[in-house]
Amino acid sequence: MGEDRARVICYSLLLALVFLGIWQASVAGNKPGKGLPGPVAVAQTAAEMLANPFYNNGPNDKGIGLQFLSSLGRLAIGYIAASVVAVFLGVFLGLSPTLYRAVNPYVQILKPISPLAWMPLFLYTIQDSGSAAVLVIFMSSLWPTLANTAFGVASIRKDYLNVAAILQLSWWRRLVTVILPGAAPAVVAGLRISIGSAWVAIVAAEMLIGGTGVGYFVWNEWNNLQLTSVIFAILAIRLIGVLLDAGLGRLSRKLAYAD
Amino acid sequence: MDEKRIERAIELAVFGGEIGRRRFIARVGASTAAAALASVFPMGAAKALAQQKVGPIEKKDLKVGFIPITCATPIIMAEPMGFYEKHGLNVQVFKASSWAMIRDLSINGETDATHMLSPMPLAISMGVGSQSVPYVMPAVENINGQAITLANKHKGVKSAADMKGFKFAVPFDYSMHNFLLRYVLAEAGVDPDKDVQIRAVPPPEMVANLRAGNLDGYLGPDPFNQRAVFEEVGFIWMLSKDIWPGHPCCAFAAKKEFAEKAPNTFKALLNAIVDATEHAHDKANRKRIAAAIAPRNFLNQPVEVLEQVLTGVFPDGLGNTKTVPDRIDFDPFPYHSMAIWILTQMRRWGYVKQDVDYKKIASEVFLATACRDALKGLGKKAPETTSVKHTFVHGKTKLFDPDKATEYLNSFAIKRA
Repeated sequence: MGEDRARVICYSLLLALVFLGIWQASVAGNKPGKGLPGPVAVAQTAAEMLANPFYNNGPNDKGIGLQFLSSLGRLAIGYIAASVVAVFLGVFLGLSPTLYRAVNPYVQILKPISPLAWMPLFLYTIQDSGSAAVLVIFMSSLWPTLANTAFGVASIRKDYLNVAAILQLSWWRRLVTVILPGAAPAVVAGLRISIGSAWVAIVAAEMLIGGTGVGYFVWNEWNNLQLTSVIFAILAIRLIGVLLDAGLGRLSRKLAYAD
Repeated sequence: MDEKRIERAIELAVFGGEIGRRRFIARVGASTAAAALASVFPMGAAKALAQQKVGPIEKKDLKVGFIPITCATPIIMAEPMGFYEKHGLNVQVFKASSWAMIRDLSINGETDATHMLSPMPLAISMGVGSQSVPYVMPAVENINGQAITLANKHKGVKSAADMKGFKFAVPFDYSMHNFLLRYVLAEAGVDPDKDVQIRAVPPPEMVANLRAGNLDGYLGPDPFNQRAVFEEVGFIWMLSKDIWPGHPCCAFAAKKEFAEKAPNTFKALLNAIVDATEHAHDKANRKRIAAAIAPRNFLNQPVEVLEQVLTGVFPDGLGNTKTVPDRIDFDPFPYHSMAIWILTQMRRWGYVKQDVDYKKIASEVFLATACRDALKGLGKKAPETTSVKHTFVHGKTKLFDPDKATEYLNSFAIKRA
């Protein structure tokens, strides 16, 4: 078993090295600063950026660390607000099949709209670009959690609810001790999908509104056709995305139960 | 000028002369008359604008939006080179990603004043392509400084007549770029609405689109024309100064509400901008300016490219090095006649459907008098007349007479009006 695992890691690293080698070789002929940059150039840029990630040179030029913090701050506000709303609505919809069927068509209509399409409307109505970006995150992380919560609550074994009714638990205690724990695995699965789509949306939203955030950083480097920075930013965005997902993955393993 | 005289001049204008004014005052009393007048006319703003000296500044900390292009040079350089500070202001310039965003940031009040394309304050004031918000534009930023850039595969193109089927980009519908490109195409008999495609693309994205083959060319702002040459993906086909020498391009604008609520701040800001614009006009300063606006927080461009743009000594992408000192120039004076030309083109291409009072809108938005006062206050020369005739040199030389705007509009064969 242990030997097997070591072999897997070896193959993975070998694949990465082969990929980087081919990448570097394919760009070796380019003049410096022209054409697609190779992994060495990207690594150099990464080292420069990471050497001083928290410098603040006015509103239009901040270190990569500050940009990520600002994006994560937006993400946290929009995502937490959306999650609270989605879980509450989801519980109601899951408990009442009639309500669920009445609301479902609207959810289906609103769900597939790209959250970015809301941006002009938000800008016009709330008149604040920062809040508009947060609302875009809200829209992008609302639907998966809502749908999963409703599904999870609806599929709790009826025995559990019956027992709760016999014990004459209050509505609140039923919610906290029976419904939410019962639906927890489905809810967390929804939260996990939501954070992925929220992280995707924030980068695009920040490219539109400018100011701060990792999306603005990518846009600003694109202006200068500074592809090494763009590639570095893509890798960093991915890394943060993976970490966010892994955090919720760990939570979901804790909350899993067998009927 | 003293305050009473200004008040009096306004009263005379409003009541239709001395007799009307006396009758009104006799009926309601002098103070009521003044109060009634102040309720319909921003007396404080008029007084502040007419005075050479700036009174106490209402708001010191300001945010001014800009798009990272060389047209915004005076607005940007005024921060690192200390022009805002010199005029008693603490300004932070804020980089925006697109013209639609610049418009919304300004309308929403997230910026106090802003870099705009000179047709934008006219369009927004009229509620064309936007909600209707009264704007004022007391200064032009740059004149000239744009170019038609074509992809390398079009090196054989001699005249605009060869451009049928091209996909073009301009920064925004309400831009000089759009109107000048349409002018050039139409002069060669190419209908800009039927024979080519013109799309709005934010300037920074033009080079990438040209490289990707999404575009055949663009009439765009610098440094993105020179950047296409630098990246070896395109060449400069024509400088915009060879269409209309001295045409306005970008501008400094603010909501009328801001100018009225904080007249002294508005004035100080205008003084700083005009001061910076005059400094940029002096060719001896151009290299230093290029270095000041190149860093990541401003234009984020190679200094080399900015120098080529600002000094006018540049490779054109066809193997020639050209020397055109007035490739871009900086002149703040917002002639009403410039606004009138822009309005005729908005009418010509169907952005405005009904006839408009060209002169009224031009004088309400393009604050030539305020700019003249600022210039004089700084000890600079200022034009005495607010309207002049403009000469178009591309194709058949044509004169634009602002007093004959309708005849001018009717003289075009290709138009939507």
